[in-house]
Amino acid sequence: MSAVIQNLVNQPYKHGFRSEIEADLVPKGLNEDIVRIISQKKGEPEWLLEFRLKALRHWQTMTEPAWPNVKYPRIDFQDIVYYSAPKPKKQSMDEVDPELLRTFEKLGVPMNERAALAGVAVDVIFDSVSVATTYKKKLAEVGIVFCSFSEAVREHPELVKQYLGSVVPHTDNYYAALNSAVFTDGSFCYIPRGVRCPMELSTYFRINTQESGQFERTLIVAEEGSHVSYLEGCTAPKFDTNQLHAAVVELVALDNAEIKYSTVQNWYAGDESGKGGIYNFVTKRGLCKGVNSKISWTQVETGSAITWKYPSCILLGDNSIGEFYSVALTNHHQQADTGTKMVHIGRNTRSRIISKGISAGVSNNSYRGLVKIGARADGARNFSQCDSMLIGDRCGANTFPYIQAANNTAIVEHEASTSKIGEDQLFYFASRGIGTEEAVSMIINGFVRDVFIHLPMEFAVEATKLLGIKLEGSVG
Amino acid sequence: MIGKDAPMLLEVRGLAAKINERAILKGIDLAVRAGEVHAIMGPNGSGKSTLARAISGHPAYEVSGGEVLFQGRKLLDMPPEERARAGIFLGFQYPVEVPGVTNSAFLRLIYNTVQGARGKDELDPLEFDDFVREKMRLLEMSPDFLDRSVNAGFSGGEKKRNEILQMALLEPRLAILDETDSGLDIDALRVVANGINKLHTADNGIVLVTHYQRLLNYIVPDYVHVMDGGRIIKTGDKTLALELESRGYDWVAREYRAANPSAQAA
Repeated sequence: MSAVIQNLVNQPYKHGFRSEIEADLVPKGLNEDIVRIISQKKGEPEWLLEFRLKALRHWQTMTEPAWPNVKYPRIDFQDIVYYSAPKPKKQSMDEVDPELLRTFEKLGVPMNERAALAGVAVDVIFDSVSVATTYKKKLAEVGIVFCSFSEAVREHPELVKQYLGSVVPHTDNYYAALNSAVFTDGSFCYIPRGVRCPMELSTYFRINTQESGQFERTLIVAEEGSHVSYLEGCTAPKFDTNQLHAAVVELVALDNAEIKYSTVQNWYAGDESGKGGIYNFVTKRGLCKGVNSKISWTQVETGSAITWKYPSCILLGDNSIGEFYSVALTNHHQQADTGTKMVHIGRNTRSRIISKGISAGVSNNSYRGLVKIGARADGARNFSQCDSMLIGDRCGANTFPYIQAANNTAIVEHEASTSKIGEDQLFYFASRGIGTEEAVSMIINGFVRDVFIHLPMEFAVEATKLLGIKLEGSVG
Repeated sequence: MIGKDAPMLLEVRGLAAKINERAILKGIDLAVRAGEVHAIMGPNGSGKSTLARAISGHPAYEVSGGEVLFQGRKLLDMPPEERARAGIFLGFQYPVEVPGVTNSAFLRLIYNTVQGARGKDELDPLEFDDFVREKMRLLEMSPDFLDRSVNAGFSGGEKKRNEILQMALLEPRLAILDETDSGLDIDALRVVANGINKLHTADNGIVLVTHYQRLLNYIVPDYVHVMDGGRIIKTGDKTLALELESRGYDWVAREYRAANPSAQAA
């Protein structure tokens, strides 16, 4: 039986190609000179250079975290290129390198049409620097700022200065410090008071230059009473050498504001023997700063050789709500240590965690979550559900739930289950005429349903297809 | 009683099967004709459920001897899903739970898959909804079954009704029902048994695997087989079940050993 299942899950990476675009490289390695070069190339103000240098100096005093339940060879941080950009920059899509456009075609992102058809504004990251931003004008009509991080630094320095590092300080952790020192670009989004964003905001990320780390910085600020849904999707070309990806995402929701952040992650995971693949060490955190604010993370993690990621919510405002809905799929030699932190500080704060881990091949999939109830958080409530599904008998699933409650009016619930797509389950389907592929597909889709219903419609379709590619072979 | 000229559905000849190198079935002969009801009884561990699973094609059981013909086709060469499409149905003693998959989606998938394989028309969701609700009335099932996840959180009785509902949808030529009566209270037993009786026709055969006589008060068998130690050691009519109920199984095994001194003890 396991041979059949192995065949089903061993589907090669569809987006494995590399575009030949001249890259503007800085030398390998990391020191103050490199940070100054990056800042200079980007024409940054002095305060941002200082932010970077402070982060670098702090990073140099830190050591890599050893607590995640993942194994990988030591990373030589001096052997990484910290900046690359396609050159030169273009003002309109007509001027964009046709090779780059073909890359978007292969990925199924025909910029100029798809954005309009899907009602999605796409801020495209191609190897660290934004190439084009669409629908900006339409968003500007309602006062929404949606642009590359670099542009935000130029056009809205006061906002960036106010919020950069306010949720994830440069001292937060090893990779956040690294990102703060060398981030090259990313997305910035500002929703003014009382505005409900008229469309889903979407960013497609690509890692392209071999051996160049990718360090994005995303900052989303939702003013009082505003609402935004943000989509982040990733695919990457196929390379043999490991690539480091250490992004930082900061979300700030003020009074009565709501941010919904959805991710489909499909970075290159390495080949069937575990060679290559992306190291995805990401810090994502949202601050529910205002009363009645809400931040919701939904993620579908299917790629990367190693995933280390805990999208979290700091529930500072009274009555604020944090949510985390996650599907993490690992196959072959992939390793994932992912989960969330819900930190309840304000009164009557509520959080909900639904995590679904799927392990296949010889992969290892861990859920790690912290629910922390502060002394002031009267009436705080949390519900957590962590389910694991094993496909075959050579993979692993772990759950590490941490609960710290300092307020005895709080109610914290945790449920967990482990199931296995095994002989008996498949035989049940077979005895009704259903073959293995279709049975696996149906079981998996049922397993992830509680999470997928929280994805925006177009993302749900994409994510279902993605699981299909990874688990179901030629069917559907 | 069924005439001897009714078409043969299932012929099991000398079937031997093992699991993890341990022999469970040691030479089973069984013939089921259209219209017949067979009861297979016997103590725990006698091989009843293994026989049901081996005929249906459970991959854990390695067939080590004998052959099985279904309507003349060599069943052992077919994977389990093909056996189901050909018209064999296994009612599970412990139906599997499938969280997150609604019963309606599951039932429609199995119905359309089997219909398609038999060259018949499939039903769209609306047509199927009408169709399945009618079948559910047969088993006195509440419509909210359709919205619940397959067997997840079902009581024992609900699971068994769901099994017979699937039988009603798939219209098998041969239904093998493994301990369908276990875990049922007396009212549920009556409903399930009535459902099975309504589904039984002159064209199909039913094999009931059961510990107890009580199911056979509702579904009257043409043949009763007693299994022990991986063999059928006695075959009789419905009166044999009543005798087993009053006297237990030991006397059958003693008789068999006396008549077959070479046979291994169970």
